[in-house]
Amino acid sequence: MKILLMLSVVPDTTSKINFTDNDTRFDSTGIQWVINPHDEFSLTRAMQLKEKHGGELHVVHVGPSINEPVIRKTLAIGADKAFRIDTVPADSYYTAVQLAEFLKAKHYDLILSGRESIDYNGGMVPGLVAAMTGIKFVNAVIGLEIEGDQATVAREIEGGKETLQTSLPVILAGQKGLVKEEELRIPNMRGIMMARRKPLEVLQPAEAPVKTQYLKFEKPPQKSAVKLVDKDHLDELIDLLHNEAKVI
Amino acid sequence: MAILIYAEQTNGKINKTAKELASYAAELSRKTGMPAYAVSFGAEDPETLFQYGISKVLNITNDAFKTFSARAYSEAIAQAAEETGARILLVGESADAKYLTPFIAAQWQAAYVTGVISEPLTTEPFVVKRKAFSNKAIAHVQLNGNKKILGIAKNSYGLKENPSDGTVKSFEPQVDSTLFDEFKVLSVEKATGKVSLSDAEIIVSGGRGLKGPENWGMIEELAEILGAATACSKPVADMGWRSHTEHVGQTGKQVAPNLYIAIGISGAIQHLAGVNSSKNILVINIDPEAPFFKAADYGVVGDAFEVVPRLIEKLKAFKAEH
Ligand SMILES: Cc1cc2nc3c(=O)[nH]c(=O)nc-3n(C[C@H](O)[C@H](O)[C@H](O)COP(=O)(O)OP(=O)(O)OC[C@H]3O[C@@H](n4cnc5c(N)ncnc54)[C@H](O)[C@@H]3O)c2cc1C
Ligand SMILES: Nc1ncnc2c1ncn2[C@@H]1O[C@H](COP(=O)(O)O)[C@@H](O)[C@H]1O
Repeated sequence: MKILLMLSVVPDTTSKINFTDNDTRFDSTGIQWVINPHDEFSLTRAMQLKEKHGGELHVVHVGPSINEPVIRKTLAIGADKAFRIDTVPADSYYTAVQLAEFLKAKHYDLILSGRESIDYNGGMVPGLVAAMTGIKFVNAVIGLEIEGDQATVAREIEGGKETLQTSLPVILAGQKGLVKEEELRIPNMRGIMMARRKPLEVLQPAEAPVKTQYLKFEKPPQKSAVKLVDKDHLDELIDLLHNEAKVI
Repeated sequence: MAILIYAEQTNGKINKTAKELASYAAELSRKTGMPAYAVSFGAEDPETLFQYGISKVLNITNDAFKTFSARAYSEAIAQAAEETGARILLVGESADAKYLTPFIAAQWQAAYVTGVISEPLTTEPFVVKRKAFSNKAIAHVQLNGNKKILGIAKNSYGLKENPSDGTVKSFEPQVDSTLFDEFKVLSVEKATGKVSLSDAEIIVSGGRGLKGPENWGMIEELAEILGAATACSKPVADMGWRSHTEHVGQTGKQVAPNLYIAIGISGAIQHLAGVNSSKNILVINIDPEAPFFKAADYGVVGDAFEVVPRLIEKLKAFKAEH
């Protein structure tokens, strides 16, 4: 089985988010870049499926060369080969065109991605790629089993889950729940050594339109100081929630 | 040219998100002069939307659409947009909406943004504010081209009544039936009778400070009195004390209720990223230094095992009076 992971590279979740150039650009000074957390679940599931069914796992990333250490990390975890499409992922549509063009030239049985990138939180790329390639798609995936050419996929729905069956190939956007937290893979020394010799191919981007432009960023308004209520005077709290916040 | 909203329903009835989209569309209609329409998949009460400024609802009652299919739904909505001449589509953030909208965006080659929290700052060029960096920032984004799709963040705009005269028109999209056969549905599991996280006006959430799953009785009781949904922090779900579907935060659900009550949760940056768009936050924590207090509107420093039962008693008394 040939599996592909679409990899998004994002600032570490503990990052302080700041902007530069008059608040028009994300300030990446001191930022630690990591595998998008949702993609980590998909990567681990991909490794498990590869170990169970045999085959190969490839990774594709649309982004500049500074992201290569993070791509190497997926190779250290066990992916066999990586592709980097050498361009700045200007917006979801532009990025999706790059990935769709890549997929049109190759064949994969299973294409995994994450539900959303935790930086711009678009949650659009996998669906757009599916639409552009005509490959079937399931979003917000929390369970996946493969049997022959059939995939059993659980997706999150409002207040529950839906389990679906379909034939391969399919694009799946994974998230937490797809594998258990303690199963998540991290690179070991041997993997890191091996990753150095694994292929990382750089591809040229396709022409594509950019539909959205980030003009400016601001910080969310600061909360005013918390109103503390004494634990022995909870009537006061109820009064505040009722008369001030008007939420009860 | 028109504005179209994808009006979703809960148990057959037009839901709050749909009313919020309608309110947004009505405002946009005033700004742009384009009429505001809706498309619904067999809602029982499409007229409800007239109250919020929608003047026409295309209601799709075809039985085939009783089963959800992202591709078939997206095709039907695109045809409704074609029928009404819509250039701007508004959608919510439900699992289904997020699933199907990229198909329309690709077909339309539209500028599509999610997490929108403001009306357009300007319409020429078309600029809105959206959440970014998991609520740690707000971005001003310009949408280029003549077709636009806005995913409106829940509870960010609010409901604004704006009664208008309207018509409900039944609509029959021509959708290839094979689109429904791409997936075979094996099972659907839904918690019934409980308020779902995405619909909840109030959320009662518990963290590791509650020591173990056996202590969730008081959390559920508090939630029941308030008509609230229950949630939890990530370690609580990881340890299996509560289901993963309750996990909120950067890697869990993003929620924005009117009131978020955090009990025994420290307020780690990744947790806050999922909850800090809530209108009001109440924190109950034994540690006055807990970081969550900095993000809270109201706080009680104290032992949850003492404070929560007392709060339950007080609320029962309050509810009996109101
Ligand atoms: C990549 C990544 C992603 C993450 N994503 C998320 C996410 O999406 N959501 C999330 O929640 N976390 C997430 N985390 C984890 C996060 O960093 C914290 O570890 C987690 O939120 C802590 O959970 P907690 O507050 O329940 O537990 P703790 O940090 O252990 O806090 C327990 C709190 O309970 C209080 N307490 C103890 N006893 C009592 C008592 N009797 N009464 C009242 N209060 C009491 C303590 O003072 C303390 O503040 C993520 C971490 C990483 C690295
Ligand atoms: N630049 C990129 N290169 C490869 N895959 C990406 C890229 N951006 C997003 N993706 C994939 O699409 C998913 C959702 O991202 P987004 O739509 O940006 O929120 C991510 O989890 C990745 O799997």
